[in-house]
Amino acid sequence: MKNRSLVSINDFTKEEILKIVRLAAEFEANPNQDLLKHKVIGSLFFEPSTRTRLSFETAISRLGGRVVGFSDSSSSSTSKGETLKDTIRMVSNYTDLIVMRHPMDGSARYAAEQSRVPIINAGDGSNQHPTQTLLDLYSIKKTQGTLENLNIFMVGDLKYGRTVHSLVQAMSHFNPVFNFIAPEELRIPEEYRLWLQSKGIKFYEHNEFTDIISRADILYMTRVQRERFVDPIEYEKVKNVYILKNAMLSNTKDNLRILHPLPRVNEINCDVDANPKAYYFQQAENGVYARMAVICFILGLV
Amino acid sequence: MNKKKELSVNAIKEGTVIDHIPAHNLFKVISILGLDHCDNLITFGTNLGSERYGKKAIIKVADKFFENEDINRIALVAPDARLNIIRDYEVVEKQLVTVPDEIIGIAKCFNPKCITNNEVITTKFLVVQTKPLALKCYYCEKITIEEHLKIH
Repeated sequence: MKNRSLVSINDFTKEEILKIVRLAAEFEANPNQDLLKHKVIGSLFFEPSTRTRLSFETAISRLGGRVVGFSDSSSSSTSKGETLKDTIRMVSNYTDLIVMRHPMDGSARYAAEQSRVPIINAGDGSNQHPTQTLLDLYSIKKTQGTLENLNIFMVGDLKYGRTVHSLVQAMSHFNPVFNFIAPEELRIPEEYRLWLQSKGIKFYEHNEFTDIISRADILYMTRVQRERFVDPIEYEKVKNVYILKNAMLSNTKDNLRILHPLPRVNEINCDVDANPKAYYFQQAENGVYARMAVICFILGLV
Repeated sequence: MNKKKELSVNAIKEGTVIDHIPAHNLFKVISILGLDHCDNLITFGTNLGSERYGKKAIIKVADKFFENEDINRIALVAPDARLNIIRDYEVVEKQLVTVPDEIIGIAKCFNPKCITNNEVITTKFLVVQTKPLALKCYYCEKITIEEHLKIH
């Protein structure tokens, strides 16, 4: 993996995923190290993102590295009309690694072709967000003790949610059972259904968000994002369909944990937050350790 | 039967006949092969009867012989096309088109948010299925199907 970019979760083998999960646990136990001393990391956020950017920059700072970059394309030369190619060529001359978030689908793969240093994709439009997937996997491993043979329920926007698609692909290494709960308009796309079938992985689709969650090990909630809809009426129709309330958790398994890539709007009621099964804030914290692991792995430091 | 077809479009002495083009893709084939910027004598017929397509098109290009890699570029829009190489009014060789595993250039990604539609980039696709055609963009990973296919 050394000096290879991380663009899509499929760029990692099962063994590499497991290695990142192990490393993340090591970094959590010992988060302040000097592994990135004298390293300069480009943090190029062509669209704003609070959680992902702060999580990356925290990971780099705790490991003694320095960050250069921008948090919004209006403060970069993109606003003067510079192409992505030119920006990447330039920044890759200055830095040891580039973390990039960009609104266009496929921008990360293109940047990786143009760059002299590895690129970590921190989200390219609606396409991929592999470090989110790795932190999800770390959170699952940490709370369940294993990634194997779990019953995973995914709820909400399964059509446009890139975190859902990447997590489905990554978990497929570990013999899961999937239950997809979504309105017809937002059901998991056919390409993923066919892909799961071809791998022989069991999955069930439901329209109703009912007590079937009593069998879940992981409940992965997602937000229905307004910006994914061309037609605002379609958005209004589905935005409030599935809301998780604390009362719904009474018959669920003890080991159940609720994950959410955040930010949430109203799809998880605030009364769930105090339930020990709510795990989404720790999940966000795990992002720092998972990103430490990815950065050091790619730079060949661990 | 064959003779009747030949009569629909004038015969050529030397050159290439491209047959079994789906009629609705004739102009895409012309554009891919650059025949719209070619000085040779070209005749074509379209909406000819065909058992395979209902309607097919045929192009005859005088004094031109294509390289394999040129001709495979039309595989996207005319996967069943057949080439007849003509010497002195006789068919001396027949060629079939093969769909390559990877398509570089030629096609446009249907996804308006794909980086290839927003910056000057040569497109690249993996052919995931030939019939019906499905191309996976190397960059945005979205699938372009034949219905949405546009040629550069």
